[in-house]
Amino acid sequence: MHEMSIASALVDQVCDQAASLGAARVAEINLKMGVLNGISRALHFCWPSASRDTLCEGARLNIDEVPLTVLCTHCDAVKTPAALYNFRCPDCGRPTPKVLTGREMQLVSIGLVPPNQDAARARPGTMPDPGSAEPMVENPK
Amino acid sequence: MCGVCGCSHQGEHHHDHHHHDHQHGHGHGHTHAPHDLVRIEKDILAKNDAYAMENRERLKEAGVFAINLVSSPGSGKTTLLVKTIEMLKSTLSVVVIEGDQETSLDAERIRATGVPTVQINTGRGCHLDAHMVGHALDSLPLKRNSILFIENVGNLVCPAGFDLGEGRKVTILSVTEGDDKPLKYPDAFAAASMMVLSKIDLLPHLDFDVGRCIEHARAINPDIELLKVSARSGAGMVGWIDWLINAAERAGRTEGAAHVHA
Repeated sequence: MHEMSIASALVDQVCDQAASLGAARVAEINLKMGVLNGISRALHFCWPSASRDTLCEGARLNIDEVPLTVLCTHCDAVKTPAALYNFRCPDCGRPTPKVLTGREMQLVSIGLVPPNQDAARARPGTMPDPGSAEPMVENPK
Repeated sequence: MCGVCGCSHQGEHHHDHHHHDHQHGHGHGHTHAPHDLVRIEKDILAKNDAYAMENRERLKEAGVFAINLVSSPGSGKTTLLVKTIEMLKSTLSVVVIEGDQETSLDAERIRATGVPTVQINTGRGCHLDAHMVGHALDSLPLKRNSILFIENVGNLVCPAGFDLGEGRKVTILSVTEGDDKPLKYPDAFAAASMMVLSKIDLLPHLDFDVGRCIEHARAINPDIELLKVSARSGAGMVGWIDWLINAAERAGRTEGAAHVHA
């Protein structure tokens, strides 16, 4: 359930940035999310309601999931445990509490639409299909 | 990876319900318009962490030892807390922040022991956050060598991810919940520095295997400390109280250091 708090924190942080840079809206948000957070699906699910009526509404959420790696001090090497929360070296079997990657929850970058650009696109009568993956062509042949 | 269906397709793979359903009638043109990419590279919970840092500094300055108590609902947190306060209050000042979705029932139970208590109702929220705790601190008397108990919302999942500025996070697991809980709810045990097994007076009636539970907890968090208590029979309570008094004394001694760096 805490994905909603995380989504709201994300919306606040991105909107602050977007507003301070004078953007019309946010087009995309790139995150790094460690697998141990286990909330990527839930975050996608609650994103539309968390971002509604903000500069983030409609922004594409790209989540780069970071795999779990641990440091095995015995083997002196970076290892990937056999399963999440199985903090043991897959080779020597010793405990490996030092998690190197997998806990990240980072806002990496945001794509901002400048105000003039959005105004051109939002002209009445030329409203683009919201789902179109292609950049809109203003005057197709 | 696609977060909706779990596929590993990158890039231009879309689920209609993301990009269509909620947008009709809002009047925005949500295409993938040309846009400027701005690098941020900040933690998503940076704001909570900043509030937590503020709380931690404030508590350190005041010489208050804060414990964030995390558990599922019904683990006996409040009963343990009431008993703990009764045993502690002649030695130390105690203040309490109670977190629940609704009601002030727990705060009333704690106030009956005579210690200052603030109830936070999170409404739809499933955990306390550092901002709420900061406001609660405003209405509590913070005395040197005292203990602040923060009883989090009963929930073995969500509170684990939110730093409140506490000195220690303690996860309480009652033996009626089953010895497999550390494996099933690993975050709560990975984030805590101590696991308190509660209601141990019930062990003779249960199949709960203490050794197996500890093994599970240490597989998640090899450094986790362990105490076994029963608020009802009093078993293990002296060890718990001693641990709290020592921790509070250590926190009280950090006062000088906090001022030097201030």
